[in-house]
Amino acid sequence: MSVGEDVERAVAVRQDPRALPSERIALVDLLDRLLAGGVVIAGDVVISIAEIDLVRVSLRALITTVKEEYDDILPH
Amino acid sequence: MADVGVYLYGVAQDLSPDALRDLPGVAGAPVRTVADGGFAALVSTVDLEEFGETALRRNLESLQWLEATARAHHDVVDTVARAAPTAPVRIATVYRDDDRVRELLRERRDELTEVLGRVVGRVEWGVKAYGTPEAAQEPSGGDDAANDKPGMAYLRRRRLQQQSREEASRRLAEQAQEIHATLSEHAVASRQHPPQDPRLSGHEGTMILNVAYLLDEDRAETLAAAADELAARMPGVRIELTGPWPAYSFTELDASS
Repeated sequence: MSVGEDVERAVAVRQDPRALPSERIALVDLLDRLLAGGVVIAGDVVISIAEIDLVRVSLRALITTVKEEYDDILPH
Repeated sequence: MADVGVYLYGVAQDLSPDALRDLPGVAGAPVRTVADGGFAALVSTVDLEEFGETALRRNLESLQWLEATARAHHDVVDTVARAAPTAPVRIATVYRDDDRVRELLRERRDELTEVLGRVVGRVEWGVKAYGTPEAAQEPSGGDDAANDKPGMAYLRRRRLQQQSREEASRRLAEQAQEIHATLSEHAVASRQHPPQDPRLSGHEGTMILNVAYLLDEDRAETLAAAADELAARMPGVRIELTGPWPAYSFTELDASS
């Protein structure tokens, strides 16, 4: 296939959570789904959406200190 | 464990009990089901010293705790979603006891039925597209300004740079739209997520698209082929696919394409 090489370079990563151990799924992709997705039901222990947004803010504050921990799961 | 609560991962329909065998949940707690009328709520008993409101506020700000909990939550949902239609519930939803969960299954029966009906036989795929740094490269301004006064040349150069940046970002926006429009044809629904923070994701270039698509299971290959084809003819754009995911992004009643 003549375009094969280009395609390989352009589509850099195709993760398959079923083919990979869960530790290899980028946390950031997981949090997109777990913090903003899923059925929202008020549990008896209530964490409001606003507080979930706070999680994102606190994550941003945390990343500088924990960056190294991520390096092994980052997409390249 | 004096005070305990019930952590809810999601709700599955017609789940075989075998699907849960030895599945560890959050904080290493075993996963079990609370059943009502064909629905199985996936739950773990958790210590409120870790999952009570005060504790959750604190713990959700610990990246280490959040990551461990998110991965455990995902492992449960992902495992069960392979065995039965599953509606994931947002992370950190905790009930007082099993009766409250059963009550929820009854109260939200219509909503759960609708969500499960939407995701049965379908999976979510994530598509992220990036404009590579080369795509934003500025073309040379040319040397026709050589006779200008230095100040004029500077202003002209600045204006050209500005124009070429605007042009590059307009082109990327058009490419993002084209990617989304093309891939949407393979999906029954889509949902945009905000672009990821590069400090968290470590990505290079500009994230121009972060979308989840809900697909019939057998359309995954055609989506991937379409993404390959798009990437091949957009030299400055990189496309990443992740999936299949449980349908996390399609559990809202108003989610649609």
